[in-house]
Amino acid sequence: MDAPPQDSPASPPLRTFVRGASAGVRSVFFYVLIGNYVGLGALSYEFGFSIWWMVASTLLVWAAPAQVILISTLPTAALVEVALAVTLSSVRFLPMVAALIPLFKAPGVRQRDLLLPMHLTAISVWVEGMRLVPQQPRGERVAFYNGLGVGLMGAAVIGSATGYVLAAQLPPLLAATLLFFTPMALLMSSARNARALLDRVAFALGLVVGPIVAWLSLGLDLMWTGLIAGTIAYLIHRWRESRQGGAA
Amino acid sequence: MKTVMTDIGPWFALILAGFLPNEIWRLAGVMLVRGLDEKSQIIIWVRAVATAMLAGVLAQLVLSSTGALALIPVSVRIGAAVLGFLAFLAARKSVFVGVLTGELAVMAGAYWFG
Repeated sequence: MDAPPQDSPASPPLRTFVRGASAGVRSVFFYVLIGNYVGLGALSYEFGFSIWWMVASTLLVWAAPAQVILISTLPTAALVEVALAVTLSSVRFLPMVAALIPLFKAPGVRQRDLLLPMHLTAISVWVEGMRLVPQQPRGERVAFYNGLGVGLMGAAVIGSATGYVLAAQLPPLLAATLLFFTPMALLMSSARNARALLDRVAFALGLVVGPIVAWLSLGLDLMWTGLIAGTIAYLIHRWRESRQGGAA
Repeated sequence: MKTVMTDIGPWFALILAGFLPNEIWRLAGVMLVRGLDEKSQIIIWVRAVATAMLAGVLAQLVLSSTGALALIPVSVRIGAAVLGFLAFLAARKSVFVGVLTGELAVMAGAYWFG
Protein backbone atom coordinates (compact mmCIF):
# COMPACT_ATOMS: atom_id res chain seq x y z
CA MET A 1 0.00 0.00 0.00
CA ASP A 2 1.75 3.14 -1.22
CA ALA A 3 1.17 6.52 0.36
CA PRO A 4 -0.36 8.88 -2.21
CA PRO A 5 2.15 11.40 -3.55
CA GLN A 6 1.94 14.93 -2.13
CA ASP A 7 0.56 16.52 -5.31
CA SER A 8 -2.20 14.00 -6.01
CA PRO A 9 -5.74 15.32 -5.54
CA ALA A 10 -6.70 14.87 -1.89
CA SER A 11 -9.01 11.92 -1.17
CA PRO A 12 -12.48 12.85 0.05
CA PRO A 13 -12.45 14.00 3.70
CA LEU A 14 -14.80 11.21 4.78
CA ARG A 15 -12.51 8.54 3.37
CA THR A 16 -9.50 10.11 5.05
CA PHE A 17 -11.47 10.31 8.30
CA VAL A 18 -12.31 6.60 8.08
CA ARG A 19 -8.65 5.83 7.34
CA GLY A 20 -7.71 7.78 10.49
CA ALA A 21 -10.35 6.00 12.55
CA SER A 22 -9.14 2.58 11.41
CA ALA A 23 -5.57 3.57 12.32
CA GLY A 24 -7.01 4.33 15.76
CA VAL A 25 -8.67 0.93 16.04
CA ARG A 26 -5.43 -0.80 15.04
CA SER A 27 -3.43 1.17 17.61
CA VAL A 28 -2.44 -0.55 20.85
CA PHE A 29 -3.96 2.47 22.60
CA PHE A 30 -7.43 1.36 21.46
CA TYR A 31 -7.23 -1.64 23.77
CA VAL A 32 -5.33 0.23 26.45
CA LEU A 33 -8.04 2.89 26.55
CA ILE A 34 -10.75 0.25 26.89
CA GLY A 35 -8.87 -1.30 29.81
CA ASN A 36 -8.13 2.01 31.47
CA TYR A 37 -11.64 3.39 31.06
CA VAL A 38 -13.20 0.17 32.40
CA GLY A 39 -11.31 1.12 35.59
CA LEU A 40 -12.61 4.69 35.40
CA GLY A 41 -16.17 3.58 34.66
CA ALA A 42 -16.10 1.36 37.74
CA LEU A 43 -14.74 4.27 39.78
CA SER A 44 -17.58 6.55 38.66
CA TYR A 45 -20.11 3.90 39.70
CA GLU A 46 -18.49 3.66 43.15
CA PHE A 47 -18.80 7.43 43.60
CA GLY A 48 -22.45 7.49 42.55
CA PHE A 49 -22.47 9.21 39.17
CA SER A 50 -24.87 8.16 36.41
CA ILE A 51 -23.63 6.24 33.38
CA TRP A 52 -24.57 9.17 31.09
CA TRP A 53 -22.57 11.57 33.21
CA MET A 54 -19.57 9.23 32.99
CA VAL A 55 -19.80 8.90 29.20
CA ALA A 56 -20.29 12.68 28.84
CA SER A 57 -17.23 13.33 31.00
CA THR A 58 -15.19 11.11 28.67
CA LEU A 59 -16.43 13.02 25.61
CA LEU A 60 -16.02 16.48 27.15
CA VAL A 61 -12.99 16.19 29.41
CA TRP A 62 -11.13 13.47 27.44
CA ALA A 63 -8.22 13.22 29.87
CA ALA A 64 -8.01 10.20 32.14
CA PRO A 65 -5.97 11.81 34.97
CA ALA A 66 -8.35 14.80 35.10
CA GLN A 67 -11.34 12.44 35.14
CA VAL A 68 -9.87 10.48 38.04
CA ILE A 69 -9.61 13.74 40.00
CA LEU A 70 -13.07 14.87 38.94
CA ILE A 71 -14.80 11.62 39.86
CA SER A 72 -13.04 11.03 43.15
CA THR A 73 -13.14 14.60 44.52
CA LEU A 74 -16.38 16.09 43.16
CA PRO A 75 -18.63 14.31 45.70
CA THR A 76 -16.73 15.73 48.69
CA ALA A 77 -14.57 18.74 47.74
CA ALA A 78 -15.62 22.30 46.89
CA LEU A 79 -16.21 23.02 43.21
CA VAL A 80 -13.42 25.62 43.10
CA GLU A 81 -10.96 23.16 44.58
CA VAL A 82 -11.86 20.50 42.03
CA ALA A 83 -11.58 22.97 39.16
CA LEU A 84 -8.16 24.06 40.38
CA ALA A 85 -6.88 20.47 40.73
CA VAL A 86 -8.13 19.62 37.23
CA THR A 87 -6.55 22.78 35.80
CA LEU A 88 -3.18 21.86 37.32
CA SER A 89 -3.43 18.28 36.04
CA SER A 90 -3.95 19.38 32.45
CA VAL A 91 -1.09 21.80 31.82
CA ARG A 92 0.47 19.20 29.53
CA PHE A 93 -2.12 19.93 26.83
CA LEU A 94 -0.59 23.32 26.10
CA PRO A 95 2.78 22.12 24.75
CA MET A 96 1.18 19.01 23.22
CA VAL A 97 -1.34 21.00 21.18
CA ALA A 98 1.29 23.63 20.39
CA ALA A 99 3.66 20.99 18.98
CA LEU A 100 0.88 19.37 16.98
CA ILE A 101 -0.94 22.30 15.36
CA PRO A 102 1.91 23.36 13.01
CA LEU A 103 1.65 19.92 11.34
CA PHE A 104 -1.81 20.92 10.08
CA LYS A 105 -0.62 24.07 8.34
CA ALA A 106 -1.88 23.86 4.74
CA PRO A 107 -3.66 26.11 2.27
CA GLY A 108 -7.37 26.25 3.09
CA VAL A 109 -7.07 25.14 6.72
CA ARG A 110 -8.87 27.76 8.79
CA GLN A 111 -8.46 28.47 12.49
CA ARG A 112 -11.87 26.96 13.28
CA ASP A 113 -10.92 23.73 11.46
CA LEU A 114 -8.38 23.27 14.26
CA LEU A 115 -10.97 23.29 17.06
CA LEU A 116 -11.93 19.62 16.71
CA PRO A 117 -8.32 18.34 16.47
CA MET A 118 -7.56 20.52 19.49
CA HIS A 119 -10.34 18.97 21.55
CA LEU A 120 -9.51 15.42 20.45
CA THR A 121 -5.92 15.78 21.64
CA ALA A 122 -5.21 13.51 24.59
CA ILE A 123 -2.00 11.65 25.39
CA SER A 124 -2.91 8.57 23.33
CA VAL A 125 -4.09 10.53 20.28
CA TRP A 126 -1.08 12.83 20.47
CA VAL A 127 1.45 10.00 20.65
CA GLU A 128 -0.10 8.20 17.66
CA GLY A 129 -0.75 11.48 15.83
CA MET A 130 2.85 12.72 16.09
CA ARG A 131 3.91 9.41 14.54
CA LEU A 132 1.25 9.04 11.80
CA VAL A 133 0.20 12.57 10.80
CA PRO A 134 3.55 13.57 9.20
CA GLN A 135 3.15 10.56 6.85
CA GLN A 136 -0.15 11.96 5.50
CA PRO A 137 -0.45 14.43 2.61
CA ARG A 138 -0.79 17.99 3.95
CA GLY A 139 -4.36 18.49 2.75
CA GLU A 140 -5.60 15.34 4.48
CA ARG A 141 -4.00 15.72 7.87
CA VAL A 142 -6.88 17.38 9.75
CA ALA A 143 -9.44 14.79 8.59
CA PHE A 144 -7.03 11.95 9.33
CA TYR A 145 -6.31 13.20 12.86
CA ASN A 146 -10.03 13.75 13.53
CA GLY A 147 -10.66 10.14 12.51
CA LEU A 148 -7.82 8.91 14.72
CA GLY A 149 -9.12 10.92 17.67
CA VAL A 150 -12.74 9.83 17.27
CA GLY A 151 -11.65 6.19 16.85
CA LEU A 152 -9.67 6.26 20.09
CA MET A 153 -12.37 8.21 21.91
CA GLY A 154 -14.75 5.44 20.84
CA ALA A 155 -12.62 2.95 22.75
CA ALA A 156 -12.79 5.14 25.84
CA VAL A 157 -16.58 5.42 25.58
CA ILE A 158 -16.91 1.64 25.20
CA GLY A 159 -14.65 1.17 28.22
CA SER A 160 -16.48 3.79 30.34
CA ALA A 161 -19.87 2.17 29.77
CA THR A 162 -18.56 -1.39 30.21
CA GLY A 163 -16.74 -0.55 33.44
CA TYR A 164 -19.82 1.18 34.83
CA VAL A 165 -22.02 -1.82 34.12
CA LEU A 166 -19.41 -4.28 35.42
CA ALA A 167 -18.62 -2.19 38.50
CA ALA A 168 -20.72 -4.20 40.92
CA GLN A 169 -18.82 -7.37 39.99
CA LEU A 170 -15.36 -5.80 39.66
CA PRO A 171 -13.23 -5.99 42.85
CA PRO A 172 -11.55 -2.61 43.62
CA LEU A 173 -8.09 -4.13 43.35
CA LEU A 174 -8.81 -5.35 39.82
CA ALA A 175 -10.22 -1.95 38.87
CA ALA A 176 -6.99 -0.42 40.17
CA THR A 177 -4.83 -2.73 38.09
CA LEU A 178 -6.80 -1.68 35.00
CA LEU A 179 -5.63 1.89 35.59
CA PHE A 180 -2.10 0.57 35.14
CA PHE A 181 -2.73 0.16 31.40
CA THR A 182 -2.07 3.85 30.75
CA PRO A 183 1.44 4.19 32.19
CA MET A 184 2.45 0.91 30.51
CA ALA A 185 1.21 2.01 27.09
CA LEU A 186 2.87 5.41 27.54
CA LEU A 187 6.18 3.81 28.36
CA MET A 188 6.27 1.36 25.44
CA SER A 189 4.84 3.63 22.73
CA SER A 190 7.11 6.49 23.69
CA ALA A 191 10.12 4.17 23.67
CA ARG A 192 9.07 2.91 20.23
CA ASN A 193 8.24 6.31 18.75
CA ALA A 194 11.24 8.22 20.05
CA ARG A 195 13.63 7.86 17.14
CA ALA A 196 15.08 11.35 17.28
CA LEU A 197 17.68 11.93 19.98
CA LEU A 198 15.71 14.96 21.16
CA ASP A 199 12.67 12.83 22.01
CA ARG A 200 14.71 10.14 23.72
CA VAL A 201 16.65 12.55 25.89
CA ALA A 202 13.52 14.57 26.76
CA PHE A 203 11.66 11.41 27.74
CA ALA A 204 14.49 9.89 29.78
CA LEU A 205 15.15 13.19 31.57
CA GLY A 206 11.43 13.60 32.28
CA LEU A 207 11.42 10.20 34.00
CA VAL A 208 14.26 11.32 36.26
CA VAL A 209 13.30 14.96 36.84
CA GLY A 210 9.59 14.17 37.45
CA PRO A 211 10.06 12.24 40.71
CA ILE A 212 12.75 14.70 41.91
CA VAL A 213 10.43 17.67 41.40
CA ALA A 214 7.61 15.75 43.09
CA TRP A 215 9.90 14.91 46.01
CA LEU A 216 10.88 18.59 46.39
CA SER A 217 7.12 19.34 46.44
CA LEU A 218 7.44 22.69 44.69
CA GLY A 219 3.92 22.40 43.34
CA LEU A 220 3.11 22.50 39.61
CA ASP A 221 5.21 19.34 39.30
CA LEU A 222 4.41 18.55 35.69
CA MET A 223 5.07 22.06 34.48
CA TRP A 224 8.51 22.16 36.10
CA THR A 225 9.30 18.66 34.86
CA GLY A 226 8.47 19.69 31.31
CA LEU A 227 10.32 22.98 31.42
CA ILE A 228 13.48 21.68 33.09
CA ALA A 229 13.86 18.31 31.32
CA GLY A 230 12.55 19.64 27.99
CA THR A 231 14.88 22.62 27.97
CA ILE A 232 17.95 20.53 28.85
CA ALA A 233 17.04 18.07 26.06
CA TYR A 234 16.57 20.95 23.63
CA LEU A 235 19.95 22.46 24.54
CA ILE A 236 21.67 19.09 24.02
CA HIS A 237 19.93 18.85 20.65
CA ARG A 238 21.10 22.37 19.68
CA TRP A 239 24.65 21.61 20.78
CA ARG A 240 24.74 18.40 18.70
CA GLU A 241 23.28 20.17 15.67
CA SER A 242 25.85 22.94 15.84
CA ARG A 243 28.69 20.39 16.11
CA GLN A 244 27.37 18.45 13.12
CA GLY A 245 26.85 21.70 11.22
CA GLY A 246 30.47 22.69 11.92
CA ALA A 247 31.80 19.31 10.78
CA ALA A 248 29.86 19.28 7.48
CA MET B 1 -20.13 25.15 48.31
CA LYS B 2 -21.65 21.73 48.91
CA THR B 3 -25.20 23.13 48.82
CA VAL B 4 -24.45 25.02 45.62
CA MET B 5 -23.18 21.81 44.09
CA THR B 6 -26.33 19.88 44.82
CA ASP B 7 -28.41 22.75 43.43
CA ILE B 8 -26.61 23.09 40.12
CA GLY B 9 -26.10 19.37 39.86
CA PRO B 10 -23.24 17.20 38.65
CA TRP B 11 -23.76 18.26 35.03
CA PHE B 12 -22.98 21.87 35.73
CA ALA B 13 -20.01 20.74 37.81
CA LEU B 14 -18.82 18.65 34.87
CA ILE B 15 -18.70 21.73 32.65
CA LEU B 16 -17.24 24.10 35.27
CA ALA B 17 -14.74 21.83 37.03
CA GLY B 18 -14.07 19.27 34.28
CA PHE B 19 -14.51 20.56 30.75
CA LEU B 20 -13.43 24.21 31.02
CA PRO B 21 -10.26 23.77 33.16
CA ASN B 22 -9.03 21.22 30.61
CA GLU B 23 -10.05 22.92 27.41
CA ILE B 24 -8.40 26.19 28.37
CA TRP B 25 -4.94 24.59 27.97
CA ARG B 26 -5.79 23.07 24.60
CA LEU B 27 -7.10 26.43 23.39
CA ALA B 28 -3.99 28.21 24.69
CA GLY B 29 -1.86 25.74 22.72
CA VAL B 30 -3.68 26.63 19.49
CA MET B 31 -3.52 30.38 20.15
CA LEU B 32 0.18 30.45 21.03
CA VAL B 33 1.47 28.85 17.86
CA ARG B 34 -0.61 30.79 15.33
CA GLY B 35 1.42 30.98 12.16
CA LEU B 36 4.43 29.09 13.49
CA ASP B 37 6.14 26.45 11.37
CA GLU B 38 6.73 22.86 12.55
CA LYS B 39 10.47 23.31 11.95
CA SER B 40 10.79 26.53 13.92
CA GLN B 41 13.08 26.37 16.96
CA ILE B 42 10.28 27.29 19.37
CA ILE B 43 8.18 24.35 18.19
CA ILE B 44 11.12 21.96 18.51
CA TRP B 45 11.63 23.17 22.08
CA VAL B 46 7.89 22.91 22.80
CA ARG B 47 7.94 19.32 21.53
CA ALA B 48 10.76 18.51 23.95
CA VAL B 49 8.78 20.08 26.83
CA ALA B 50 5.66 18.09 25.87
CA THR B 51 7.65 14.85 25.68
CA ALA B 52 9.26 15.48 29.07
CA MET B 53 5.84 16.23 30.60
CA LEU B 54 4.56 12.95 29.18
CA ALA B 55 7.39 11.15 30.96
CA GLY B 56 6.43 13.10 34.09
CA VAL B 57 2.84 11.87 33.80
CA LEU B 58 4.15 8.32 33.46
CA ALA B 59 6.37 8.64 36.54
CA GLN B 60 3.49 10.18 38.49
CA LEU B 61 1.12 7.37 37.55
CA VAL B 62 3.60 4.64 38.48
CA LEU B 63 4.78 6.26 41.72
CA SER B 64 1.62 8.05 42.90
CA SER B 65 0.51 7.42 46.46
CA THR B 66 -3.04 8.68 45.88
CA GLY B 67 -5.92 7.40 43.77
CA ALA B 68 -7.04 3.86 43.11
CA LEU B 69 -3.55 2.71 42.08
CA ALA B 70 -2.37 3.38 45.63
CA LEU B 71 -4.06 0.08 46.56
CA ILE B 72 -1.10 -1.63 44.90
CA PRO B 73 2.31 -1.30 46.66
CA VAL B 74 4.67 1.05 44.85
CA SER B 75 7.40 -1.62 44.63
CA VAL B 76 4.97 -3.89 42.77
CA ARG B 77 4.16 -1.07 40.33
CA ILE B 78 7.83 -0.29 39.64
CA GLY B 79 8.68 -3.98 39.30
CA ALA B 80 5.82 -4.57 36.88
CA ALA B 81 6.86 -1.56 34.77
CA VAL B 82 10.47 -2.79 34.58
CA LEU B 83 9.32 -6.32 33.72
CA GLY B 84 7.01 -4.99 31.01
CA PHE B 85 9.79 -2.88 29.53
CA LEU B 86 12.20 -5.83 29.45
CA ALA B 87 9.55 -7.95 27.68
CA PHE B 88 9.03 -5.09 25.22
CA LEU B 89 12.76 -5.06 24.42
CA ALA B 90 12.97 -8.86 24.23
CA ALA B 91 10.03 -8.97 21.82
CA ARG B 92 11.79 -6.56 19.43
CA LYS B 93 9.92 -3.51 20.69
CA SER B 94 6.43 -4.95 20.53
CA VAL B 95 4.20 -2.49 22.39
CA PHE B 96 1.51 -5.15 22.70
CA VAL B 97 3.81 -7.69 24.40
CA GLY B 98 5.23 -5.03 26.72
CA VAL B 99 1.87 -3.65 27.84
CA LEU B 100 0.39 -7.10 28.35
CA THR B 101 3.39 -8.31 30.37
CA GLY B 102 3.36 -5.21 32.57
CA GLU B 103 -0.37 -5.49 33.15
CA LEU B 104 -0.24 -9.21 34.00
CA ALA B 105 2.71 -8.58 36.30
CA VAL B 106 0.87 -5.85 38.20
CA MET B 107 -2.22 -8.06 38.49
CA ALA B 108 -0.14 -10.93 39.85
CA GLY B 109 1.69 -8.59 42.23
CA ALA B 110 -1.55 -7.01 43.42
CA TYR B 111 -2.99 -10.45 44.04
CA TRP B 112 -0.04 -11.66 46.12
CA PHE B 113 1.14 -8.48 47.83
CA GLY B 114 -1.84 -6.10 47.58
